[in-house]
Amino acid sequence: MTRKQKRLAVIAGGMSFIIVAVLLVMFAFSQSVAYFFMPADLAKTEVKPGTRIRLGGLVAEGSVKRGQGSTVSFTVTDGTGNVPVSYTGILPDLFREGQGVVTEGTFDAATRNFVADSVLAKHDENYMPKEVADRLKADGVWNEGKGAASQ
Amino acid sequence: MIVEIGHYALVLALATALILSILPVIGARRGDMAMMALATTGTLTIFSLVAFSFGALTWAYAVSDFSVRNVWENSHSLMPLIYKYSGVWGNHEGSMMLWLLILVFFSALVAVFGRNLPDSLKANVLAVQAWITTAFLLFILLTSNPFLRLDPAPAEGQDLNPVLQDFGLAVHPPLLYLGYVGFSVCFSFAVAALIEGRIDAAWARWVRPWTLGAWTFLTAGIAMGSYWAYYELGWGGWWFWDPVENASFMPWLAGTALLHSALVMEKREALKIWTVLLAIMTFSLSMLGTFLVRSGVLTSVHAFATDPTRGIFILCILAIFIGGAFILFAWRAPMLKAGGLFAPISREGALVLNNLILTVATTTVLIGTLYPLILETLTGEKISVGAPFFNMTFGLLMLPLLVAVPFGPLLAWKRGDLLGALQRLYLFAALALLAGLAFYYVQNGGPVMAIFGLALGFWGMFGAIADLWYRGNFSKVGLAVGFRRLAGLPRSVFGTAIAHFGVGVTVLGVFSATLFGTETVVEMKPRATIDAGGYSLTFDGMREAIGPNFTEERGHFTVSRGGVAIADVWSSKRLYTARRMPTTEAGILTFGLSQLYVSLGDPMEGGGIVVRIWWKPFILCIWGGALIMMAGGFVSLSDRRLRVGAPSRKAKPVKATLEAAE
Repeated sequence: MTRKQKRLAVIAGGMSFIIVAVLLVMFAFSQSVAYFFMPADLAKTEVKPGTRIRLGGLVAEGSVKRGQGSTVSFTVTDGTGNVPVSYTGILPDLFREGQGVVTEGTFDAATRNFVADSVLAKHDENYMPKEVADRLKADGVWNEGKGAASQ
Repeated sequence: MIVEIGHYALVLALATALILSILPVIGARRGDMAMMALATTGTLTIFSLVAFSFGALTWAYAVSDFSVRNVWENSHSLMPLIYKYSGVWGNHEGSMMLWLLILVFFSALVAVFGRNLPDSLKANVLAVQAWITTAFLLFILLTSNPFLRLDPAPAEGQDLNPVLQDFGLAVHPPLLYLGYVGFSVCFSFAVAALIEGRIDAAWARWVRPWTLGAWTFLTAGIAMGSYWAYYELGWGGWWFWDPVENASFMPWLAGTALLHSALVMEKREALKIWTVLLAIMTFSLSMLGTFLVRSGVLTSVHAFATDPTRGIFILCILAIFIGGAFILFAWRAPMLKAGGLFAPISREGALVLNNLILTVATTTVLIGTLYPLILETLTGEKISVGAPFFNMTFGLLMLPLLVAVPFGPLLAWKRGDLLGALQRLYLFAALALLAGLAFYYVQNGGPVMAIFGLALGFWGMFGAIADLWYRGNFSKVGLAVGFRRLAGLPRSVFGTAIAHFGVGVTVLGVFSATLFGTETVVEMKPRATIDAGGYSLTFDGMREAIGPNFTEERGHFTVSRGGVAIADVWSSKRLYTARRMPTTEAGILTFGLSQLYVSLGDPMEGGGIVVRIWWKPFILCIWGGALIMMAGGFVSLSDRRLRVGAPSRKAKPVKATLEAAE
């Protein structure tokens, strides 16, 4: 090979690695990105069972029920809609009724219940997941004083 | 009073930094020695002022002066003393103070140890450091002032966030910042070189120890943070691909690339422009990380309450520095001469491959971290990008690099012999595969593909040994001569081998813990027994306990193997009284390099409690490997060749460096 061909081969090698990376990123985005929904959105848009989404809202008062073993069921609400959620595992320390929560999982085809495999929490007692807080503020459900009161 | 003096010192530091941002640059252009010399004294002045200011804040914490708003918000008189000290940086304002302190600390190091740098370069470097210092001083004074008072002073503080009341907080942020902010020196060197329009192998030799130092601390900081999250959060995970984690990981990846490209530049004068660009990018990623963590724009499991208005300020700093640096780069880089040529199969070629893979991998992490943010700003749609994305992209892209690592050190500069390297390595590759098989057999279970993952880890370890083996030429000259040969090698050779060995260890830990680990969630009543990782855990019951500023419910477990009790472990749920905030304290038992991790859930009706038990085989390898990498960094740093003005060059140091700079 001449020097020119060699250089070309190197550049082609580098470019193909970058192209592979780009394709991988695009593929991964199509596979593993979870969209964020609140109960009211689900009334408008249909989410197919088996599609991973993030469901956010408030844990409805009086809805938390401990089932068999470590399965817990509760309702996520945003004032407009309600979605029943079941989760197996240990809930975060800051999980409480009336508090904001973000769960990730899929809808069960048979029961139409949301089966969460993760429940998100933060290191803060006034924690409201950002997505939830933004929306609740926009809808006027969020009460600014609530967070400050516990200070 | 001390608090006010501290506040005033910060203002004085700002004034000094402003002067220092301008005069040395003018001095360097005009060749005015007095103006250039100002950089050194000025930098040391700023350091003293900021250090005093930081000391004043620390004092306010130590004596629990709740008339200072920042202390009131983040401290409590009953808190153990060590947390009062570490609590200084356990909040936004204080952590920015630590950031600043470390920044000026590095400036001072350059001022003190940069005696052998050409005067103009040193003046420019310190001036660029002063620009960054000015920006962050303004940020602290205008948006995040920790010295504000409260009137009337409250009698008791609000306590530090319980998750932060841990030894991890004392160590993790300082280490992380030493790394993150240490890259500012590389950035300043790059910008100074662009201002001067001149760059050469000597420049790379001066930059390398700073890169190496910063990289070493960042490695330690990330590993420490990961272990802290692992044991403190009680979720059993050691890496969540969380934006805040990515924020520190991206500068590490870019810094690793910089470390390797600076090597090519030092040895072969090639990749000059690329190295300068990489130095700018690395610190840009550090600043981006600061922005992501401090502005609260991202949802993160690690974020503390943040104020979004500050984000705008940091965003402006980011835009000015990154934008400015890139404009300067675009303008000046074409003036830099291109360096030496080399064949694709050579040490340089291998290092270019390293750089290609690391930068592409960094970019995928960057995209995954920023994409949700950008999408939300543009379309209002909210998405989350989680671990599956990063495993699929970053994980796969890094595989070829891990395969290639052992080859690099065996290839010669300029023109290497791939076939020769293969011949030397195939035995080690076979050994790695065998070790992977043996490991798989012992672990008993898991996917068959795991063998390759494990072998990859062993390959990294054995490859590093192969490097030293062939350098000592043990196979030909025998042990005694071989070791004598090794002893004569420069320390950086050992640094490389040790760090590469560490990479292998970490890879092994990652694959082992992910592929062979087990997780059990179960409801346990007292005296119930459950098996995990070949051990049986018996739940003995709950007991209440009271700590200095918390109450806790502790669960006691007896661990036995083959019917014999060998250990016991406590796991608890705490309630911190001041904030009424519950936390989970996981119980962790270490067996060799593996761990049993017990975390408590909610109590059930009828006296039972939900328990989550993880068996994490060889998980300690993950952090152990990082520690080994860190050790490699320090060994390399102790190489006398890296210390500008080493004894051998003492004969005529001034002339020597000037020549080198030409």
